[in-house]
Amino acid sequence: MTGALLEARELQTYYGASHVLRGVDFRVARGETVGLMGRNGMGKTTLLKSMLGLVKPRYGGVWVRGELVTGVEPWRIARRGIAYVPEGRGIFPNLSVRENLTMAARPGVEGRCDWTCQRVLETFPRLAQRLRHGGWQLSGGEQQMLTIGRALMTNPDLLILDEATEGLAPHVAREIWRIIREIRAHGIATLIVDKNHAAVTAISDRNVILVKGQVVFEGDGPTLRARPEILLQHLGV
Amino acid sequence: MDFYSLLIQLLNAVQYGLLLFLVASGLTLIFGIMGIINLAHGSFYMIGAYLAFSLASLTGSLLWAVLLGTVLAVALGLFLEWALFSRFYRREHLEQVLLTYGLILVFEELRSLILGNDVHGVAVPAALSASIPLTDTLSYPVYRLFMSGVCLVLAGGLYLLIQRTRVGMMIRAGSSNREMVQSLGLNINLVYRLVFALGVALAALAGMIAAPASSVYPGMGTQVLIICFVVVVIGGIGSVWGALLAALLIGLVDTFGKVFLPSISGLLVYLLMAVILLWRPEGLVKRT
Ligand SMILES: Nc1ncnc2c1ncn2[C@@H]1O[C@H](COP(=O)(O)OP(=O)(O)OP(=O)(O)O)[C@@H](O)[C@H]1O
Ligand SMILES: [Mg+2]
Repeated sequence: MTGALLEARELQTYYGASHVLRGVDFRVARGETVGLMGRNGMGKTTLLKSMLGLVKPRYGGVWVRGELVTGVEPWRIARRGIAYVPEGRGIFPNLSVRENLTMAARPGVEGRCDWTCQRVLETFPRLAQRLRHGGWQLSGGEQQMLTIGRALMTNPDLLILDEATEGLAPHVAREIWRIIREIRAHGIATLIVDKNHAAVTAISDRNVILVKGQVVFEGDGPTLRARPEILLQHLGV
Repeated sequence: MDFYSLLIQLLNAVQYGLLLFLVASGLTLIFGIMGIINLAHGSFYMIGAYLAFSLASLTGSLLWAVLLGTVLAVALGLFLEWALFSRFYRREHLEQVLLTYGLILVFEELRSLILGNDVHGVAVPAALSASIPLTDTLSYPVYRLFMSGVCLVLAGGLYLLIQRTRVGMMIRAGSSNREMVQSLGLNINLVYRLVFALGVALAALAGMIAAPASSVYPGMGTQVLIICFVVVVIGGIGSVWGALLAALLIGLVDTFGKVFLPSISGLLVYLLMAVILLWRPEGLVKRT
């Protein structure tokens, strides 16, 4: 296989009879930031879950670092250096903030331990003040920070963020974007799904637009900005 | 009722409650985390008691019987989870009920084939066979205090395991979001297997330490199962600490009911359940 960190080929996923992914080719290289866009229900989350092993694709394959992982249990895929920040809130409400972080702690694939509890708390000072609080006591923004911080505790090579800023107040969303930039600057590859296309294209190396389970566009930010008709046609903006 | 009679009843109530808790804690954990309704849980209590009986006759020592029996119970739990229960997590409750009801029949039949249908007794170990004299006529058996002590130690251990260890965090996390636990690279199936084996071991241990104080008889599993379901429902399904509260409450109501209201004592626990559910439909402790 190629040198891609994560690669999907001809992926087809069904929910019962409904055909959601209709042959998707997708890749993320080491250190690359990829924006995944598409209107509601176009299959973005399904693509992420199919690659993470949380949903079983019916056809096609997924490779992590060139190793076939289709059909492999999700926790084994995660152990190959992929962290996931799911749509909605993925924190454990019945665990404290500290426990949410420490339970995930693990060295990275090559034994890297860059992200410790201390480092995560320096990145998210707001969490430091709430270590002993239960997850359920956090505000939406704090929960999102905790989910991202917890993902970093696994020292990933790829961070997948599904709608990380959805439903957050603008100043909290800005904070999240700042953090994503910082993570990117550390050389961690990121795969970002977000409704804020301007913010995505501003930091992405490459963008992919999904329509009805198929890739209809692939290109970098400037290309996309130079062709507003694509955004209008496929994203309605 | 004088002070010492009251004290004795109180100690009995606490001892009964703690024993119920040991059995019910596994039932509520297994339901709360894996979503399995395990009718066969009482059978593990029965199996524990019969293990204590047969292993104590074999080895001549209750201590050895309990140690060996615990190892066997853990092995049984691991095996059953691997062979049967792991295939039923995402099935309908009705199918789980059919499976686990079938298991009760299998366990009872095996018990009958191997050990017969007689009622047996298990001797209290000599070191614990004394009684503490309270008044000229009243005394309290040391073994019962020992039982309460063991239950308290196990409950404390369970608390530490769940609240203070990484496995405990995984157990609690698994009860709130299974998919997310896996996405963090943690093997949830292993957590499930451990929790199941832990539940089986606790129920069997309860049966083993109860054997010398009560007797060992066919049907003891079903009896404890029913009351444990009451404990789980009163405590709040899935809540271990709710189960502890509920078990102690039931211990008190049952013990003092037999003293003060003997004619309706059999009904009191169910009345208690009805009242508590009217007051708090989700049980005493609601899970967050
Ligand atoms: N568990 C499921 N069972 C059945 N259908 C599903 C399931 N999850 C998603 N779908 C359907 O699959 C399609 C793709 O959903 P998906 O969540 O992947 O879209 P999305 O691009 O992430 O949308 P959004 O922007 O709303 O998050 C939708 O039509 C959705 O209704
Ligand atoms: Mg989505």
